[in-house]
Amino acid sequence: MKLQLRGITKRFGSLVANDRIDLTVEQGEIHCLLGENGAGKSTLMNVIYGLLQPDDGEILVDGKRITCNNPADAMAVGIGMVHQHFMLVPVFTVAENVMLGAEQTYGPGFLDVDAARHRVREISERYGFHVDPDAIVENLPVGVQQRVEIIKALVRDAHVLILDEPTAVLTPQETDELIEIMRQLKANGTSIVFITHKLREVRAIADRITVIRLGKVVGEPDVSASESELASLMVGRAVTLAVAKDPPDVGDVVVDVRGMTVVDERDHVVVDDVSFDVKSGEILAVAGVQGNGQTELTEAIMGLQQRATGSVLLHGVELLGKSVRSVLRAGVGFVPEDRRVDGLVGDFTVAENLVLDRHDEPPFASGPMLKPAVVRRSAKDRIAEFDIRAGSGATLAKTLSGGNQQKVVIARELSRPLRALVAAQPTRGLDVGSIEFVHRRLIAERDKGTAVLIVSTELDEVSALADRVLVMYRGTVVGIVPGDTDRDVLGLMMAGVPPEEAAERARQHHTLVEGLATGQDGRE
Amino acid sequence: MSENSSNELTIGQRFFRELTTGGTALTLLSILLAMLIGGVLIVVSDPDVQETAAYFLSRPTDTLLAIWESASSAYAAMFAGSVIDFEAASFGESLIPLADTLTYATPLIGAGLAVALAFRAGLLNIGAQGQILIGATLAGLVGFGMDLPPVVHLGFAVLAGFIGGAIWGGIAGLIKAKTGAHEVIVTIMLNHIAALLLAYLLTTQLFRRKGQAAPISPFVADSAALPRFFADSRLNLGLFVMLLAAVYSWWLLSRSTMGFRFKAVGHNPHAATTAGISVGRSYTAVMFIGGGLAGIAGASQVLGTESYLSTSIAGELGFDAITVALLGRSSPIGTVAASLLFGALRAGAVTMQAQTGTPIDIVLVVQSLIVLFIAAPPLVRAVFRLKVRAASPMAAEVGGKV
Repeated sequence: MKLQLRGITKRFGSLVANDRIDLTVEQGEIHCLLGENGAGKSTLMNVIYGLLQPDDGEILVDGKRITCNNPADAMAVGIGMVHQHFMLVPVFTVAENVMLGAEQTYGPGFLDVDAARHRVREISERYGFHVDPDAIVENLPVGVQQRVEIIKALVRDAHVLILDEPTAVLTPQETDELIEIMRQLKANGTSIVFITHKLREVRAIADRITVIRLGKVVGEPDVSASESELASLMVGRAVTLAVAKDPPDVGDVVVDVRGMTVVDERDHVVVDDVSFDVKSGEILAVAGVQGNGQTELTEAIMGLQQRATGSVLLHGVELLGKSVRSVLRAGVGFVPEDRRVDGLVGDFTVAENLVLDRHDEPPFASGPMLKPAVVRRSAKDRIAEFDIRAGSGATLAKTLSGGNQQKVVIARELSRPLRALVAAQPTRGLDVGSIEFVHRRLIAERDKGTAVLIVSTELDEVSALADRVLVMYRGTVVGIVPGDTDRDVLGLMMAGVPPEEAAERARQHHTLVEGLATGQDGRE
Repeated sequence: MSENSSNELTIGQRFFRELTTGGTALTLLSILLAMLIGGVLIVVSDPDVQETAAYFLSRPTDTLLAIWESASSAYAAMFAGSVIDFEAASFGESLIPLADTLTYATPLIGAGLAVALAFRAGLLNIGAQGQILIGATLAGLVGFGMDLPPVVHLGFAVLAGFIGGAIWGGIAGLIKAKTGAHEVIVTIMLNHIAALLLAYLLTTQLFRRKGQAAPISPFVADSAALPRFFADSRLNLGLFVMLLAAVYSWWLLSRSTMGFRFKAVGHNPHAATTAGISVGRSYTAVMFIGGGLAGIAGASQVLGTESYLSTSIAGELGFDAITVALLGRSSPIGTVAASLLFGALRAGAVTMQAQTGTPIDIVLVVQSLIVLFIAAPPLVRAVFRLKVRAASPMAAEVGGKV
C-alpha cells in the first residue's frame, strides 16, 4: 500500500504545526521521519491516524483520497500506529489486548478468545515475535509489550505501520530485535513510518529519510548522509554532539554509598546491595535500561524512598534516613527523572519554580513572609544565565517546552553551592540544542569540584559525559567501568552480562546498529 | 504504562483544576442561568399563572401578564428582603435587609475560607460543619461558663472558637497525613461525631440552661458577646472578624512561605516532596488553620448572632460553605463575594415567601443550580456559546512527548 500526503497543513491558533507537508511512503518501504521534539512529527502522525483533522491538504492511499475522522477510519484503510506510550491494558493477556476493540463473539455474545489467541500465535510465528498469547501484559518486558502493539496493528490488517519513537524504551539489543522485525514486515510488503530522533538508527534501517523542522519538510537526505549532516538538517545549524570536556580533576570521595537496598511497595527488592562512591570533580554515570533500579537508587539517596537500607555518606555524614529537606540542605542537588511530575509545579510561575526548594530561606523569605520581589528579581537573573526561553518569570511553567522546563530545574539546582549533584535522565526528551546546553552545565559543575552522579538510559549521553560508568541490571551493579568503554560492552552489560564476558562477546559480534554506523564512534 | 498513568488526573484533580482556572465570567453566567431557571420555576409554581394558562388560547395576554407579574414580584421581593426595602418607614429601617444579608453571610465567610484554603492545598474539606460546631461549643463554654473582664472575655471566647475548630480540622489533616485516609470520609465522620458530641454536651449540667427542658445552653455573658450594630438587627462585630480572617487568608496564600507550600502541595505533591516540602505537614497545617477559621465562624454564631448554644447552631452552614468556596473559586475574595450572594439569597428568600407566597425552597434550587453549572463549565459555555480558549498546541505536543 502506498501512502501519500499532499500539502498537509495543521494550525493551532497562530501556530502552524504542519506547514504544507508532502510525504510519500511507498509499499514495503521504511520511511524515517526525523525531527526534534516539537518539530511537528507527532502532529503529522496524528493527522494520518485520524486523531487530528488537517486544515488543508489531502491524504491518499493507493492514489485514492481518504478522510480519517478517527483512528477507526484509519485502521479501516489499513493504517496502524504504535504509540510511544503503549495503549495496553496491563492486567489483560496478550490475546485479550489484541482483541480489545474488535472482539469476535460466538453464540449469544461469548467472547471468542480462542480466535484471538490463534491470530496472535499465527502472526507471532510468521514474524518470529515469540509472544505467548496467554501471557499477562504487565509481566512482559517492554520490548515484548511493543511487539504486542505491533501485533494489534497487524491483526487489524495494517499495511502502513506508524512507529512513534519505538526505540526510546528499548535496550540496544532489543532495538536490534525491533529492527529485525521491521525488516521482516517490510519483506512482507508492509510500509513503515519510523519516527525517531536517534540518528544512528536512521542510518541503520531507513530506505528513505524525511527531515522535519518547525513544521516544514526541510530535506530528504540520501540514506548515505552522515550523522552530522542529518543532525544539522534537524536543528538547522551544525552541532557537535560530543561535548568538549577536559580530563577530570578527581579529588576525595564525596558521596559514599554502601550496601544500599531498596524494597518497593510490592516487597520486591528493586535495588540490591549496591555500593559505589562518587569523588569530587568526577561524573559517575549510572547506565542501564529503564526500570532496573536506577530511579529508586537516586530517590533513596535523596531521602525519597521510605524502605531503603544501607548507608549514604556525604563527606562521612550519614544521609540515609534523613528528610529530603535535610539532604537538600546538606548540599545535594537533585534533577529528578520526570520533570513534569517531580521537578516542577506546572501551575506555578517560572519564578516560583526557581525557588521551590529555597522559598523559605533568605533572601527569598524573612520569617514567615515570602518576598515576591526578590523571587522575581532572582528569576530574571536565572532566566538570562540559563537561557530559559520563557518570556518572563511570571510565565507558568507548564506552558514551557520540555527543554526550557528542564533548564528551569537545572537552574534551580545549580544556583546554590553544591557538594554533590544527582541528575536522573537530565536530557530525556530534549532537543539537540538543549541537550548540548545541559551537558555543558553538568560538566561545568563537575569542574567546580562537585561530585556528579548521572543516571541515563541513553548510551550516547553516558559516553559523552561519564568519567566512570556504573551499569545496573535488575537492581544490582553489573560493573563499574571507565567512561570510554566501548558501547557494545556497555550494551551487553546493560543486559546483565558481566564486564569481562561482555568485552569478550563484543569483540566477536558488533551490534547491528553499531556495525552499520560509520566507524567506531560516528558522532563527529 | 506507569509513566502514562501518572500524567492522568483523577476526577478530583480535574475538578480542582477546573475550579481554580475557569473564568470569572463563567461564574457570573452560572449565577445568571441559575436565576433564570429559578424564575421559570417560580412562574410554573404560581397558582395565578396556572389559572390563566387554562384559558391561554382565548386570552394569551392574561397568561403572559401573570408570568411577568409572578417572576418580577418574586425577585423584587427578594431584592427588597436582601438589599434595600424602599417601602420601609425610615432610611435606617430600609437598610435592615442589607444587615440581614450580612448577618447570614458572616459565618459563611469563615466556613467558606476553611474549605477554600484546604482546596488550595488539594484537600476537599467537607468538615466545616464539624469545625463550626466544635468551635461554637468551646466559644460558648468560655462565653457563658467563665467570668472575665469585658474585652478579655470576648477575645478569649473567640480564641477558644479558633482552637476548637482548629483541633477538629487538624485531626482530619493529621489522619490524612499519617495514614493517607481520604479526608472526605474522615471529615464527614468528624461532622457526625461533632454533632452528636454537642447534642450530648447540651444534656449535661455544664452546658444546659437551668430550668430548661430543651437542650440549649445559657446565654453568653455580655462581656463575651460580639457587639451588635443596630437594635433591629443581629448583625454584629463577627462580620469584621470574618473579614479579617479573609484578609489573613489572602496574606497566607499570596505572601507567606506556608501558603507557598500549601499551593505547591495542592498543585503537585510530587514536586513539592522532591523539593523538600513535607506534604503531610502541609495537610495538617492547612486543615488546622482552615478548621480554626470555621471555628471562629462558629464562635461568631454563638457569641453574636444566636447568643446561646443549641444543636442547630451551625444549621447547614458547613455545607453551604463548600458551595461558597466553589463559587468563590477558592480565593479569599471570591469566598467573601460568594458568601454575600448566599447571604442575600437567604435573606431575600424569607421576604419573598412572606410577600409573594413563593416557596423558600426555590432559593435552594437556585443555589444548587449555581453549583451544578460551575461544576459543568461546558454546559454553560454551550448555553451562552462561549468559545473555549485554545490551549497552546506547542505546549500540548511537547507536553505529550516529554
